Amino acid sequence: MIAGFRLEQRGSIGPLRTWALSLGAIVVAMVLTGVLFAAFGVAPLAAFATLVDRTILDARGLSEVVRRAIPLMLAGVGLTLAFRARFWNIGAEGQLLIGGVAASGVALFSGLPGPLLLPAMFLAGFAAGAAWGLGPALLKVRLGVNEIITTLMLNYVAIYLVRWLINGPWKGRSLSGFAYSDVFEPAAWLPTIGTTRLHWPTLTLAIAAAVFVAWLLTKTRFGFEVRMMGESPDAARYAGVDSFRTTLVLVLVSAGAAGLAGVGEVAGIHHRLVDPASLSVGYGYTAIIVALLARRDPLAALVTAAFLGWVAASGDVMQVALRLPSQITGVTQGLVLLCIIGVEPFLRYRLVRVPRNAGNGPDGVRPVPKGVQ
Amino acid sequence: MDVGAVFVVTTLARALAFSTPLLWAALGEIVAERAGVVNLGVEGMMIVGALAGFVVAQSSGDPWLGLAAAAATGAVAGALHAFFAVIVRADMYVSGLALTIFGLGLSGLIGRGWVGRPLDRSMEFVSLPLLSQLPLVGPRLFQGQYLLTWLGLLAALMLWFVLHHTRLGLVTRTVGENPAAADAAGVRVVQVRFFAVVFGGLMAGVAGGFLSLAYRPSWGQGMTNGLGWIALAMAIFALWDPLRAVLAALLFGTFFTLSFSLQDRFAPQLLTMMPYLFTILALTLTAFRKGGRAFGAPEALGQPYTRGER
Amino acid sequence: MRSVSKRFPGVLANDAIDLTVRRGEVHALLGENGAGKTTLVHMLYGLQAPDEGAIYLRGRRARLRSPRDAKVAGIGLVAQHFHLARRHTVAENLALALPETPALFPTRALRAPVAELAQRYGFEVDLRARVGALSPGEQQRVEILAALLQGAELLILDEPTSVLTPQEADRLFAVLQRMRQEGKGVILISHKLDEVLAIADRITVLRGGKVVATRDAATASAGELATLMVGREVTRGRSPSAAGPGAVRLSVRNLTVHSERGEARLNGVDLDVHGGEIVGVAGVAGNGQAELAEVLTGLRVAEAGTVLLDGADVAGAGVRDLFARGVVHIPEDRNAMGVVGGMKVSENLVLRRHRQAPFSKGRLLDWREVSRNADGAIRDYQISTPSRDTVTRQLSGGNVQKVILARELGGAPGLVVASHPTYGLDVAATELTHKLLRDQRDRGAAVLLVSEDLDELLQLSDRIVVLFRGSVTGTVDAAGAQRDEIGLLMAGDRTPLAPAGSQA
Repeated sequence: MIAGFRLEQRGSIGPLRTWALSLGAIVVAMVLTGVLFAAFGVAPLAAFATLVDRTILDARGLSEVVRRAIPLMLAGVGLTLAFRARFWNIGAEGQLLIGGVAASGVALFSGLPGPLLLPAMFLAGFAAGAAWGLGPALLKVRLGVNEIITTLMLNYVAIYLVRWLINGPWKGRSLSGFAYSDVFEPAAWLPTIGTTRLHWPTLTLAIAAAVFVAWLLTKTRFGFEVRMMGESPDAARYAGVDSFRTTLVLVLVSAGAAGLAGVGEVAGIHHRLVDPASLSVGYGYTAIIVALLARRDPLAALVTAAFLGWVAASGDVMQVALRLPSQITGVTQGLVLLCIIGVEPFLRYRLVRVPRNAGNGPDGVRPVPKGVQ
Repeated sequence: MDVGAVFVVTTLARALAFSTPLLWAALGEIVAERAGVVNLGVEGMMIVGALAGFVVAQSSGDPWLGLAAAAATGAVAGALHAFFAVIVRADMYVSGLALTIFGLGLSGLIGRGWVGRPLDRSMEFVSLPLLSQLPLVGPRLFQGQYLLTWLGLLAALMLWFVLHHTRLGLVTRTVGENPAAADAAGVRVVQVRFFAVVFGGLMAGVAGGFLSLAYRPSWGQGMTNGLGWIALAMAIFALWDPLRAVLAALLFGTFFTLSFSLQDRFAPQLLTMMPYLFTILALTLTAFRKGGRAFGAPEALGQPYTRGER
Repeated sequence: MRSVSKRFPGVLANDAIDLTVRRGEVHALLGENGAGKTTLVHMLYGLQAPDEGAIYLRGRRARLRSPRDAKVAGIGLVAQHFHLARRHTVAENLALALPETPALFPTRALRAPVAELAQRYGFEVDLRARVGALSPGEQQRVEILAALLQGAELLILDEPTSVLTPQEADRLFAVLQRMRQEGKGVILISHKLDEVLAIADRITVLRGGKVVATRDAATASAGELATLMVGREVTRGRSPSAAGPGAVRLSVRNLTVHSERGEARLNGVDLDVHGGEIVGVAGVAGNGQAELAEVLTGLRVAEAGTVLLDGADVAGAGVRDLFARGVVHIPEDRNAMGVVGGMKVSENLVLRRHRQAPFSKGRLLDWREVSRNADGAIRDYQISTPSRDTVTRQLSGGNVQKVILARELGGAPGLVVASHPTYGLDVAATELTHKLLRDQRDRGAAVLLVSEDLDELLQLSDRIVVLFRGSVTGTVDAAGAQRDEIGLLMAGDRTPLAPAGSQA
């Protein structure tokens, strides 16, 4: 501490500053990605030009960006809620897969009449996803078991579960080499826009979900309590907020939302249950970045999901046009995260002159809060 | 010879081998967490270590040089995490996660030219001098293991000693229990935490190197397969004690081994699920134990430290 | 007598301070919270550098740029919050403090020096005990031992008796006596007049960052010191309620609470609070007061016992239920618990009342009502804030407390549970809090006041209940109470009291 000054925590980071922070993080991350590409044999500007050409300037490409964003929106909005409950749901990936499993089960075996199929699939997907999150939620809330590990482990369990199903009991009749389930009947296919793969009902669902959550947080009592919990669990307890119940509800909704994303994927894109590597494609992990970049704001999550959807679509383009493994999108994603958290502490503090009448109550540097929230 | 006994010994031997990367990575994480820093980037550090090790070993023809490279790469990755978590005091959970995602992606990018070809000269088995003469157990258990496996056990022992019986260990542990107390005693908290995390990264790098240089001498995208995360869980399950980590590693290793060897009887995917489910079970049990006794996490685990608070 | 002297004009928070401490002297530094005592001490310990002036040790100028420099120079600090790793043993904690301990088996080298010091200063220390299991007094001795092992010639004690019973405090003073005899210097920071008069040789009073006076303890009087500390005549008088207490509103019988480990924190406590009276709860921190407050406000469930509120059995009722029944809580930790720092002032003003009309209509919140309420509260309680939408953590401690008071007391409560409500507040905020509590009492509410400040309890309460190790050791009428009586009760001594005392 320099005499005469002190580091003071900013009361709140205004929304403008928040957006500038996120935007800045994105820009820096992209620049660094370019540097890394150049260092390892990929011409960055050419690559970028190709990407822009195929993903933004092209109608079909743009539709791919949006359709990539759909599961990110759903899972991401869900995660904004889970994170507010300080529940690190790393398991969106598995919850998405389980949602897909449930939807596939309904599509293939339920025998429901046509018009009921899709709604039933969505319901089943939500319920299954939520159930997948229930275990870790209870373990954390009752026993304090670290949810990062439990949700993560369940991801792997889900992956192997899907693999078992498509290689075993649900193995489809046809097709060389790869394992899938049978194809769904047409009534279980989500309609898409034109010839694209954009399954708009799920998109509508995603946007509706974001709006609903935003309304919930600002206008309802429950939302007020959620915000309390997210800011200060002690104060929430003091205010009589039932943290067990609230956390449980938030986690279930979050996991259910990821499940819905899974339904969208199987019903809208693949029309059957496929290998997890093709089905979830890391959406669950990317959704974490969506939520963090959006600073736990559900409406902002729509925007950040769009950005990350673009990154994912770019991965596809890079794979096809530039013959790079699509996993390298992890480079950008990781960098975005690091940039966000790296800059944040500098924005949280500023130098303030200490006024002449010193000693008006406690002062000094406040304990550092958890960064991104 | 008793078939049952053979099975047990063989399983143990395989478990020992499999447990090696888990042990190395978990030991590193234990040190980092004892100093108060959680490192979710273990998986990413393992994989970049694996790649670095493979590339250097393949290019130079010397797997041990590759191991050195793996360790160094892991240490650098650890330094990155330490920078964000300890110096900048950003959210350490996100920092670690970001490094895992980044590490997986970066290794995919750099390693794309190296996929598929097996390592020309990989690490070899060693035989322990006296122990391999033992009947039944000798040849199976003490002959067909990699040096790194035995070094891992030695490392666990040494770490235990350092943590509990030296000043360095005392300082490290105090930094994780009550950094303010350490600070008041003149300890440079930031430095200690930084090096603890770098050490953790180094160990994770070695673990990754083991995979690509000895266990499965090749390179493949994502070849760590979540082992880093299991090592993380193991550190907690072992209650942050290096000796317990050895037991935990053997336990997990046995589980994995069994899931392979019982493949004929049960669907392989279901068996492969088991270790992950077991991890959850293990953590749940730990939570029960924690409730009753004085065991538990280092008190300041997960909290960044800023001097100047009263 | 050779002097170990510190003399230094100071920094903005400390204005041109001159202070001299002699060898073999216990020198007390007296002042209110925020008077600058801590800053002064930070400079002595190398945590801050003076802007002007200098520190002289034994006649030579000393540059103290870090605690290490201070230790080398022979200055030791025992802070209010102990710097001990609770899960480590005493030996490990001490070894940490001494850089000379060997790299291998560092704790072994301590046995001889510790034994020697323990004998010289008259305390016992078990090197193998885990610090977490020790009492606060014992932990404090470990800290002192650490300082002595490091060769401290000058020991600074920051509010050392805040965690001690009067008997443990006496033991501490005995140790300080020995230090005096050994020629060590001691700086004792405190805001407790009576203790300071008991143990110090000389007293320096700080106020607003300046030295107001330095007196010899032998000739000073409590009243004079109090006036110097505060700057004006302090009314240490009481203003009891005109009407006497009314009907019993809170009745607690046989209340028993266990910690997670199964230890009894409250052991069959009986307590009555009448409407129109203030009952103070005295006791050294950690003897069950916190648990009592938690049970009464719904933050904790008791293992056994009954709690009757206006005749209704509320044992086991939750926070919401109790609040609806008129129980309000001014919490001890106002920043972490009493308000949500990141939310707006208007939001915090309805924090617990958000479920009630008019703020809540069905499941939705009526933000206009919230704003209106906020405007009213800001006006009535004179909360100093840039706007009602300001984020609450930007407010000063006193204003945060006003927010809490406005919220909790605004709804005509039946029972007010106040935990250390004036801790860390300046004089004006403290007086306001006292006034508001008295107003509630005059209104007919029952008020339970938990405080470590015996003066405050004596001033405000009608009756004082003393807790020790989870049991009520005695109840006294505040009007005629003597501090040493209460001190004995706080230490667990239940010897029969003067006629005024009785069991509740």
